[in-house]
Amino acid sequence: MEEENVTSSPSTPVQRLRHRRRSNEVVLDGDKVNASPLLVNDRNKYKSFMVRTYSTLWMIGGFVLVVYMGHLYITAMVVVIQIFMAKELFNLLRKAPEDKCLPGIKQLNWHFFFTAMLFVYGRILSQRLANTVTADQFLYRLVSGLIKYHMAICYFLYIIGFMWFILTLKKKMYKYQFGQYAWTHMILIVVFTQSSFTVANIFEGIFWFLLPASLIIINDIFAYIFGFFFGRTPLIKLSPKKTWEGFIGASVTTIISAFILANIMGRFPWLTCPRQDLSTGWLQCDADPLFKPEPFLLPAWIPNWFPWKEMTVLPVQWHALCLGLFASIIAPFGGFFASGFKRAFKIKDFGDSIPGHGGITDRMDCQMVMAVFAYIYLQSFIVSQSISVDKILDQILTNLTFEEQQALFMKLGQLLKDKLT
Amino acid sequence: MQKENAGDAPSAPTTRVRHRKRNSDVGSGAGKANGSHLLVNDSKKYKSFLVRAYSTFWMIGGFALIVYLGHLYITAMVVVIQIFMARELFNLLRKTHEDKQLPGFRLLNWHFFFTAMLFVYGRILSQRLANTVTPDKVLYRLVTSLIKYHMAICYSLYISGFVWFILTLKKKMYKYQFGQYAWTHMILIVVFTQSSFTVANIFEGIFWFLLPASLIVINDIFAYICGFFFGRTPLIKLSPKKTWEGFIGASITTMISAFLLANLMGRFLWLTCPREDLSTGWLHCDPGPLFKQETHALPGWISDRFPWKEISILLVQWHALCLGLFASIIAPFGGFFASGFKRAFKVKDFGDSIPGHGGITDRMDCQMVMAVFAYIYHQSFVVPDILSADKLLDQIITSLTLEEQQALFVKLGQMLQEKFVGS
Repeated sequence: MEEENVTSSPSTPVQRLRHRRRSNEVVLDGDKVNASPLLVNDRNKYKSFMVRTYSTLWMIGGFVLVVYMGHLYITAMVVVIQIFMAKELFNLLRKAPEDKCLPGIKQLNWHFFFTAMLFVYGRILSQRLANTVTADQFLYRLVSGLIKYHMAICYFLYIIGFMWFILTLKKKMYKYQFGQYAWTHMILIVVFTQSSFTVANIFEGIFWFLLPASLIIINDIFAYIFGFFFGRTPLIKLSPKKTWEGFIGASVTTIISAFILANIMGRFPWLTCPRQDLSTGWLQCDADPLFKPEPFLLPAWIPNWFPWKEMTVLPVQWHALCLGLFASIIAPFGGFFASGFKRAFKIKDFGDSIPGHGGITDRMDCQMVMAVFAYIYLQSFIVSQSISVDKILDQILTNLTFEEQQALFMKLGQLLKDKLT
Repeated sequence: MQKENAGDAPSAPTTRVRHRKRNSDVGSGAGKANGSHLLVNDSKKYKSFLVRAYSTFWMIGGFALIVYLGHLYITAMVVVIQIFMARELFNLLRKTHEDKQLPGFRLLNWHFFFTAMLFVYGRILSQRLANTVTPDKVLYRLVTSLIKYHMAICYSLYISGFVWFILTLKKKMYKYQFGQYAWTHMILIVVFTQSSFTVANIFEGIFWFLLPASLIVINDIFAYICGFFFGRTPLIKLSPKKTWEGFIGASITTMISAFLLANLMGRFLWLTCPREDLSTGWLHCDPGPLFKQETHALPGWISDRFPWKEISILLVQWHALCLGLFASIIAPFGGFFASGFKRAFKVKDFGDSIPGHGGITDRMDCQMVMAVFAYIYHQSFVVPDILSADKLLDQIITSLTLEEQQALFVKLGQMLQEKFVGS
């Protein structure tokens, strides 16, 4: 498969179509760029198509297993993916001769990585960690103390890294070192924003992780299929293999699948219940009104042609339509960004961890954009929260002892009762 | 003064000692760098010293006026400073030749700047904005819904900037454009983190803005003075004009001043009261346990020799010692970072807005590090000290609506129930 690529199109730096981690797209080559015969007519491609399908099925199988095992395991998978992504990206713009003169630069990168991880996951999982250790008095006090001083600890670690950086600045290496420092920060911000939002989504309910991820995969697969059969007009100069037919066909398919998939996924409490602590057992919860089926009257013109008069719709399906719209229209820009970046720095792929696919970042570029959108959509339009209520609740839980919290609770109850009567 | 610098030290890229915005440092010239004679022996320097002192007094005067005017005006000053800083930094690594071929690229930078400003100040000032418009029903509902969808709005703006960037990528300009994109993000993060923390500090009480800023100024002035009179041993290769004597002298002076200044500033309600809304009038509040005077009896050996038997100390003075320690030991690394950065990119100064001083970023480099530390210190160690069940109850009653209070009550009940069952 790789030989095929190299001989077929020596001119285009980005040989392969963007692959999603669990897709079965086949490698395209210079044929598409020259716009000669349609892919479907090329016999060689069917063989690689079969090979890809095989590995895709394995990846999908593994993913389903992890989803079945639960929130904590999915989080672990996300953390592992992000470590590999960071390692790929750290190595990307590194220059070996300069690095030899700078001992400790790799450790500095991992120091910042560890600090960022502590900061980001500490913020997101702190409340759930506290809920997990409530049984043990000693652990609970330790964890509450850590949560209280969490920001100070992370800042302290960051400042140590900052000072370490300044003290290791070497004459004639300044520009390289500052470049590496900025690059490290950009990587950590990109990687950790999206992975922390992914984890936050997971703990709100696996549904909010699984649906966006699936939509990106479906969008990719169908963009490829539509491009394979109907593709003629190029979409964007940045990615010459993408076509308008593929784009539009995939958008329509993605939005329809979003609607249907949301219905299927919304029936399982395992996927829809939020998890309040870090346990791994089965979940029970009251179904959120979003996931309760409601009858929906089809508009007048449909029953005239079909026998159905109404269908049951979960309210969440309407939200899924928005997610589908974003996944088909905007998320591909993550792929374009990665393409442009690779051309700018004249690299073929971000790494080579996945044989035949490239690196992890190649797989995750659109997923990252989608994860951030899903989180923000969730927090703005679905989770009915008030920032000040949560902030004060945080302050109560972290600054007061258990007895003080109970006293506050009693007083508040009394006050509210007085107000209402 | 500028001719002097250019003539004396053509080799050292940063000829001037790091100047803080309100100090009277003099350009030291190559005399110090060559380690020959002490600065105090060079009579030309006294003249520039006086010129600098004159402009410093003007700057200090202007600053004091703004502090007197209040929180909102200080915030406005911070915002103006940060706009100028961002502009300086945006222009720094820009190449005019490439820029001509990319129309709209500068606009993209300002789009991201505006988005960042909306995001950061929205988060920090949202509650206070809501408190300001509570009388007016329509405005209140508008503001609360804007706050609710604040994150979504800022994200949409960012994504439109992102899409715009990708659609304007031009062949053969990719590397330059991606470099500029990354540079824009780094600038905005650096500028907005510290300015948002500064504004957050201001609304907690002008004290928490004024004290850290003053300590940096004092540290710089005394580092210069001590270096002027006693400086011999170079401190760090990155800034050849800094000396160990200056560093240590300044550290001691800064810590002592921190202790004294905190006492001085802590007596004014204008400086110690937090502001809960965006009004500009006078402030009344209960300053809190930190600013209450406590009398300590002086140890025996002091009261024997001097007529004073006891001193009154504000609790906040101990916190001020920590701030002073950071300002003298760690904050100068902000200056070293800026020095190193300028050498790396062979830039003499970040800009030239302040004649004779360089750009705004040259003045603000240590202030930025200090502002972030002051915010984190305040949130981690000061707020928990003064927070109590009663204060929280007050906060609940005053800043939450009835529905929110009930929601809080229900959630708190659930959490306490879980804990009770668990333990």
